[in-house]
Amino acid sequence: MWRDALLVAGKDLRIEARSRVATNQVAPFAVLILILFGFALDPDRGVLGRASAGLFWVAVLLSSLLAVQRSFAVEAGDGAADGLRLSGLDPAGVFLGKAAAVAAQLALLQVVLAFGIVVLYNADLGGPVLLLATCAAATVGLAAAGTVYGVLAAGLRVRETLLPLLLLPVVAPVLLSATRAWEAGMGISVDDGWRWAQLLAVFAVVYVTLGVLAFGALLEES
Amino acid sequence: MSRPPGVGTRNTASAGSTLLGAAAFVSLATTVVLGLRLPPTREQGTYARLIAIHPPLAWAAYVAFGLTAMASALWLWRRTRAPKWDRLAAASAEIGVVFCALTLVTGSIWGRPTWGVWWTWDARLTSTALLLALFLGYMALRRVAYDPEARARRSAVAALIAVADVPIVHFSVDWWRTLHQGRSLAQLTPQSDLDGSYMAVMLLGFCAMTLVYAWLLLHRYRVEALEERLEAEGLDVALEERRGEAAVVRAGAAS
Repeated sequence: MWRDALLVAGKDLRIEARSRVATNQVAPFAVLILILFGFALDPDRGVLGRASAGLFWVAVLLSSLLAVQRSFAVEAGDGAADGLRLSGLDPAGVFLGKAAAVAAQLALLQVVLAFGIVVLYNADLGGPVLLLATCAAATVGLAAAGTVYGVLAAGLRVRETLLPLLLLPVVAPVLLSATRAWEAGMGISVDDGWRWAQLLAVFAVVYVTLGVLAFGALLEES
Repeated sequence: MSRPPGVGTRNTASAGSTLLGAAAFVSLATTVVLGLRLPPTREQGTYARLIAIHPPLAWAAYVAFGLTAMASALWLWRRTRAPKWDRLAAASAEIGVVFCALTLVTGSIWGRPTWGVWWTWDARLTSTALLLALFLGYMALRRVAYDPEARARRSAVAALIAVADVPIVHFSVDWWRTLHQGRSLAQLTPQSDLDGSYMAVMLLGFCAMTLVYAWLLLHRYRVEALEERLEAEGLDVALEERRGEAAVVRAGAAS
């Protein structure tokens, strides 16, 4: 299973490295969201600085939609989905591989966005241990939930519009928890940030488990 | 199939469903009449009477979503897999969405005069709204037409994923609102000084809403079954009718 996961993740990341969709489209889109928030919320009154944790995670969430859609769009053409099914790879491995590739892209994206909020919103990223732990747990959770829903919507004519409707309510707790944890880590609030990080870890475990169990059945017929 | 195409029940009524419908109507009507005659309370005036409707609606929504999850699990489990579970999940989810939306609407109507706002980011309100969003997504997934088997599988997985999210949503919004401020809303609810008549009408409301839910579910389930039959037999029936017409035309030409 792990070997299969590495193969699939390697394949997806190689496609991204060569097509450069993630770097040329998804990352600029995420930065654009940050700039739009700057227009929407008056930057002079310090609103952006106080809201920077939440805005960061909203940007991550919206970009993760694109990353998941992209992850299944590459399987849609040239009979790639059939190839994947006939390859004899363990479906759980395929799931873990695709989720890992999405997670790797999201992690890179978060580096860009973190840089973005420091520069654009004047955010102070103190407490890096909590911030990084939050990022790790949230990224795994987002990638796992996204990959499960990605395959659910794959192959449908309306997948572009269906995926956000399915995925966003499910990952709403990730937005909430990650934002609170970051606010604690950045010193904006006095919450116990580790408690939120733990909730994120629970979310990640639940969705990785569900994905491993359900992906085989969904991959067969999509 | 032993039965020829197009033959069989064509509506969703039966003696049982008529009886259930009558019981639902009578209990709901009684709830409304008694609910409107409840004495106004000191704190909330006449708005407190919404208690006859609002908690029962929420209860029915939870029952409906719970049943959807259960039926989805039964469909996914190979030993119990049968089309009826998929039908039941679909029917129950649809009614659950209606009840859940009505819960939010009645709550909002109560909140405006009592709290002064249509909406507040209270833990329970927020998690109910997210629950509604989760099942709206489920309904959207169901509506995309493709192979029934594939639809059943995808929807069953989606329902279970949505339900797995409910405790996480609950914890996150609960911490979110309780870490920052006390539960001021808990003190506002009239439960603490509910008198007997309020309690009785609310319990009647629970019975009425459960009956209404069961009645709707029965009909919705049968509509689902009829729709499947139409898909399976519709073409045969249409062909049969065209053949009948052709026979009439030929008979007319020969005479």
